[in-house]
Amino acid sequence: MGSVTTRNPAERLTEEQVLLRDAVRELARDRIAPRAAEIDRTSTFPEDIRQLLASQDVLGLPFPVEHGGVGGDLLTVCIAIEEIARACATSSLILIVQELGSLPLLIAGSAEQQARFFPDLASGRILAAFGLTEPEAGSDAASVRTRAVRDGDDYVLDGTKRFITNGSVAGIITVFAVTDPDAPRHRRLSCFVVEVPTEGFRVERLEHKLGIRGSPTAELSFAGVRVPVANRIGAEGDGFSIAMATLDRSRPGVAAQAIGIAQGALDTAVAYARDRRQFGQRIGDFQMVASMLADMDAGIEAARQLLYTACVEIESGGPDVARWSAMCKLIAGDTAMRVTTDAVQVLGGYGYIDEFPVERMMRDAKITQIYEGTQQVQRLVIARALLGRPEA
Amino acid sequence: MHIVVLTKPVPDPAAAAERLGPDLRLDRAASPAVVNANDEYALEAALKLTEAFGGEITLLTMAPAGGSDTMRKALAMGATRGILVADPALAGSDTRSTSVVLAATLGDLAYDLVLAGADTSDGGGGVVPAAVATLLRLPYLGNAAKIEPDPAAGRVRVRSFTPIGFDLLEAPMPALIVCTQALGEPRYPSLKGIMAARSKEIATRTLGDIGVDAAAVGGAVASTRVVETRKPPARGATTMVRGTAAEGADAIVAFLAERRII
Repeated sequence: MGSVTTRNPAERLTEEQVLLRDAVRELARDRIAPRAAEIDRTSTFPEDIRQLLASQDVLGLPFPVEHGGVGGDLLTVCIAIEEIARACATSSLILIVQELGSLPLLIAGSAEQQARFFPDLASGRILAAFGLTEPEAGSDAASVRTRAVRDGDDYVLDGTKRFITNGSVAGIITVFAVTDPDAPRHRRLSCFVVEVPTEGFRVERLEHKLGIRGSPTAELSFAGVRVPVANRIGAEGDGFSIAMATLDRSRPGVAAQAIGIAQGALDTAVAYARDRRQFGQRIGDFQMVASMLADMDAGIEAARQLLYTACVEIESGGPDVARWSAMCKLIAGDTAMRVTTDAVQVLGGYGYIDEFPVERMMRDAKITQIYEGTQQVQRLVIARALLGRPEA
Repeated sequence: MHIVVLTKPVPDPAAAAERLGPDLRLDRAASPAVVNANDEYALEAALKLTEAFGGEITLLTMAPAGGSDTMRKALAMGATRGILVADPALAGSDTRSTSVVLAATLGDLAYDLVLAGADTSDGGGGVVPAAVATLLRLPYLGNAAKIEPDPAAGRVRVRSFTPIGFDLLEAPMPALIVCTQALGEPRYPSLKGIMAARSKEIATRTLGDIGVDAAAVGGAVASTRVVETRKPPARGATTMVRGTAAEGADAIVAFLAERRII
């Protein structure tokens, strides 16, 4: 695949992880990469890729074996995301969000809830989405306004969610809503599994985006949507802490996506620098181009090493989970933006047109600096781990 | 229904990294190996048959001990188990030795069908399946584009490609069938299949186990030997034709006519 990455990664990965990575790499190269440009051009959710990932058990990676999953740890899931994103960032989001939307259940779901929802999620029969963000609640997630009012054996949900990835194709959405407006800021929210379609639920519109264009980003409205009490994840008031614990585990997935996008861009840039001749020589033999490629490779490898370490740290459940999670996403997202921008530069005019994939990769990279916490929020999380919460 | 699929590890054509040792034999340590692509089509056909009729699939490979690594991928696709015939005395075997060894190993197995790929991407002889069928006196059905067993009747029907269409052949089972790519694209191993393959059995057999005299096979008695190898000549300058199909066709015709090739 023209990779310039480490030849013997077995030293840092288990034999099992290497086998799974190679299988996903082959699948991404042969079946997903040829579709990537069309998915982007037509802004259409790739149902065929979803079915492919489901049939090959890739969507089962984050789920326990006893519920039909593959039982992959965080690092294994991230390796798979990276390999898919190397070919197509939109397609990698199918796995990322299948995990993101299911994490509240993985973290805080009851045994009954896990047994009820995981088999369909692990097999890919239904997709999950994560419903936290609202028009007025982005980085400030605790300011969610969607209400959930208890009525007998149900809660009744009213409100609007925005920028919900896969919100229009998901079968379940883990939705965060206010159950106690008078509680302290971080005890106001609860988390619910909303099974769609259901009465009062509507997909209001899909966004027109700069990148990840095949991934539907939906605005969802909830008007008197009834959700059984049995679908509440955790206790009332646990919502905010479930959301934060979810993001601690999901940000590495975005980091993996960013690293995959960057690696795909480097693969293209290296191949081009070998083939393209100007002034009678390969452009890669010009020192200015060679130095760009070297910096790109070193940057990607540094981000990858940080991600792998972060995954192990997060999986071990140490107290520093939020910091590791924020650091790997921060470094990987910025690396992806820089590397893809440089890849366009290496290809020159050919990088700016859609004959080559790097302009798409540059557009796709930008979102990794924004979603699941902007880079500014990541820095805030890291600084708080260093300094503690602000005084006063 | 029990199906044996003949598989061979070959140098990975995608890696294009094969090296020959000083004896002009493949330096396997330096050449990344994969399952021969045509054998994967045979395995895919076997998987479809066992999905439809039930049963098991045994992979049969003659290769050095490292051959079990490539068999894992075939096991991940869904084969039940593998048998690897490995013996130092087999180094340098020609197609005759290979056929004798495979036939002797099959002699100890119970099966309804033996499926094989049309040929291999390294040796390319394409005679081993026919030789195995001959040695075992099995019905030989070549160029299979469709395989329809009737287990109750103990017979199998094969649609066999010919230059002008196809023949419909019927034979009693057990029989040996040479598969074509018309049987369908090989599946990718699923992640669960990969995990499951790690604990599937690959039994190793030596020449002693299968009752073949070591002096009768291998490089010493090979009927052919490689006396010299040469790299293909470097390709000349390449002309790229861009444009619509019609423009491309015009440009190619003009190119050929200019050189009086057409």
